[in-house]
Amino acid sequence: MTHFKFDNPILRIQDLFFYYGEKEVLKSITLDVPRNQVTAFIGPSGCGKSTLLRCLNRMNDMVDNSRMAGSMLKDGMEINTPELDTISLRRQIGMVFQHSNPFPKTIYENVIYGLRIAGVKNRQLLDEMVEKSLQGAALWDEVKDRLQESALGLSGGQMQRLCIARAIAVNPEIILMDEPCSALDPIATSRIEDLILELKKRYTVVIVTHNMQQAARISDFTAFLYMGELIEYNKTNIIFTTPAKKQTEDYITGRFG
Amino acid sequence: MIPSKPNFRKQGEHYVWGTGAALALTLLAAFTLIVVIMVNGLGYFWPARLAHLALADGSFVMGELTEENIGPQGRRVQLKVGNRDIYGLDFKWVDGREITSLTYPDEAVTLERRENGNFYGTLSAIRVDGLGIQTGQDLFLTLQEARKLISRRMEDIDPVVKEMGRVNLEMEDIRLEIQKLRYQDAAGYAAEIQELDLLSAAKRKAFDQMNQRISDFRADLAAHTVTLADAAGTLKEVPLVQIMRAYRPNRMSLWEKSWLYIKKIGELLTGEPRESNTEGGLFPAIFGTMMMVMTMSFFSIPLGVVAAIYLSEYAKPGVLVRLVRVAVYNLAGVPSIVFGVFGLGFFIYGVGGAMDQLFFPERLPTPVFGTGGILWASLTMALMTVPVVIVSTEEAFAAIPKGIREGSYSLGATKFQTLLRILLPSATPGIITGFVLAMARAAGEVAPLMITGVVKLAPALPMDGEFPYLHLDRKFMHLGFHIYDVGFQSPNVEAAKPMVFVTTLLLLVLVVVLSLSAMVLRNRMRARYQTRAF
Ligand SMILES: Nc1ncnc2c1ncn2[C@@H]1O[C@H](COP(=O)(O)OP(=O)(O)OP(=O)(O)O)[C@@H](O)[C@H]1O
Ligand SMILES: [Mg+2]
Repeated sequence: MTHFKFDNPILRIQDLFFYYGEKEVLKSITLDVPRNQVTAFIGPSGCGKSTLLRCLNRMNDMVDNSRMAGSMLKDGMEINTPELDTISLRRQIGMVFQHSNPFPKTIYENVIYGLRIAGVKNRQLLDEMVEKSLQGAALWDEVKDRLQESALGLSGGQMQRLCIARAIAVNPEIILMDEPCSALDPIATSRIEDLILELKKRYTVVIVTHNMQQAARISDFTAFLYMGELIEYNKTNIIFTTPAKKQTEDYITGRFG
Repeated sequence: MIPSKPNFRKQGEHYVWGTGAALALTLLAAFTLIVVIMVNGLGYFWPARLAHLALADGSFVMGELTEENIGPQGRRVQLKVGNRDIYGLDFKWVDGREITSLTYPDEAVTLERRENGNFYGTLSAIRVDGLGIQTGQDLFLTLQEARKLISRRMEDIDPVVKEMGRVNLEMEDIRLEIQKLRYQDAAGYAAEIQELDLLSAAKRKAFDQMNQRISDFRADLAAHTVTLADAAGTLKEVPLVQIMRAYRPNRMSLWEKSWLYIKKIGELLTGEPRESNTEGGLFPAIFGTMMMVMTMSFFSIPLGVVAAIYLSEYAKPGVLVRLVRVAVYNLAGVPSIVFGVFGLGFFIYGVGGAMDQLFFPERLPTPVFGTGGILWASLTMALMTVPVVIVSTEEAFAAIPKGIREGSYSLGATKFQTLLRILLPSATPGIITGFVLAMARAAGEVAPLMITGVVKLAPALPMDGEFPYLHLDRKFMHLGFHIYDVGFQSPNVEAAKPMVFVTTLLLLVLVVVLSLSAMVLRNRMRARYQTRAF
């Protein structure tokens, strides 16, 4: 297996195993996520992409009967330890889900949710952050006149961008995205893709996608997972032009998966 | 070839018709019930005309025509002849063939009396000496004028009556204080007790004086009377103070009747019951029902919601939780009388009895809390409705998409913050649904109340201007029990019938109003949070 090592990765995953009950879902994953780059996880359905992603912000803690072994370092700090404060970890590592999940509240309240629960009360600061985050998510112009309306009245693509705005409002370092465009039409998808390229300047993005073109277009590095194992991990253009493994090539060219 | 429509059976049309018919049937049943109640209940207050019948045997009857049907001997009519003190019965059947003439005499008068029901007859004399009214004009007008004067005079003694009530309460307080001191140390407190005894005697003297004054006053007023003749010519003298209302229904225009109708409904809603509940107002029962429902909600809503939160959010799923859930759901099906028995045994004898031992030992064996009261009835009802609240709250929580919780956690929210800021607001409409169901159930239930504190006639409301304003130990009246009492326990069933319908109607209205307001609230919340389903 090709190990692609970085000097100063923001995330370093070493020998990570994950189990749902007795079932081993991730097998000895070792992988570095580079800073301010877009890293894509690809692989056939059920291979463990989402599980791996959810390990990174310890979302899998919520799943009963699950177990994680191995090590994950964020800036050299261990994530996989019971002592870790998951609250502050999740503030540093935001997440955008496959199905957009705005809260049944106003657009405004959605954006500042993370700040509110962190105890920010200053109205002016909140207003500023709403504008900044919505602009960062390329949604400001569309919703600036309806901030006090329910977020559930937005279109699917707008909702997804609202979720991105919500994630960046707490000013994370890393944004995890699990198939953020799979429920969207091509136009909405391309807007999100542009946005991801924009986000890259300030954040590190880890994205799970089923769409090969999308991975090729927006990611700098690509990891190919298969049956819970990391098969190949390299620069995106190398993965897509000259993959080292036969399985990778087969998957990318659509011969299986 | 144009594809033909799939045939009737394939489309399942016959099943659709079946479902439609089932719906129509339920609607029809509900609609009929409501119409029957409305017609019977609301008709009661309409000032009915007085029919004067001449019979073949030369006798006369007068009264309101209430019913007409074909009996075994042909057509017959029922009259409400009133005048209970003369005839003993309010209603009378008359054979249709016996009737030789039917008129609606203009001068027929209906008197609504404080006792013995209505009197129907014609005015023959009036005694109002000393009231300063000129006689000689139309007797009916004199009567109305005199009644106005007398009711104004009655108002003069209102303050005295109030003062008497206050003094009475003070005397009761003193009595209890003496009882307490005696219980604690009769010898040690001898001086104090004697002092209190003297005070009490003074109060009693004042009370008796006032009482005397009022009796004299009333006796004076009672000397003013009106004499009426019934259809047969029998004379009856009625003191004016006994008359609640007098009118000549056969002379009244539609407007006058409508106005009287509205006034009567107003009295029903605000007045006190009279004549062993078969007449007068329903205010204490309405108030008691509302207050019981509210006190019940005060206990059952928070308890149910908190329990549901624990069950669905915090308890580790497993056999035990499933067992608890099944048990709670089945609790909703336990017969209500069983809850009543439990309330009697646990709350009244257990908790109430213990409270009496602790706080009011000097009054034993007279119970304070160890007897039925609105608090215990509400708690019993709360116990009965808690499962409903739990079930609907749990359902509301289960309906919240998993993604929304994860979204909250992913932003660094704790479980508690997520619960408070996301889950509870989203579940509120569902919780309100549970609230509506619980209220409707509590308002309509009678059996458990009968043994936990409902009475036929409560001397005082469970809330009033006397400290401590909220008297949760008091017994109360309830519309549901009222229906049972008036309909099945009253000595004069025929006369009580309209009251049963009216009470039923009111109970229905109350439940509908309570439910509607909760639903409006729920829809407001829905509109605010959920403009789109997805
Ligand atoms: N909560 C769970 N309990 C038990 N098994 C699970 C759970 N979630 C996922 N799995 C299993 O773990 C394996 C990996 O799931 P995961 O969701 O990570 O796949 P994925 O690569 O994201 O697939 P997809 O592309 O379809 O989203 C699958 O075999 C799945 O069935
Ligand atoms: Mg997935």
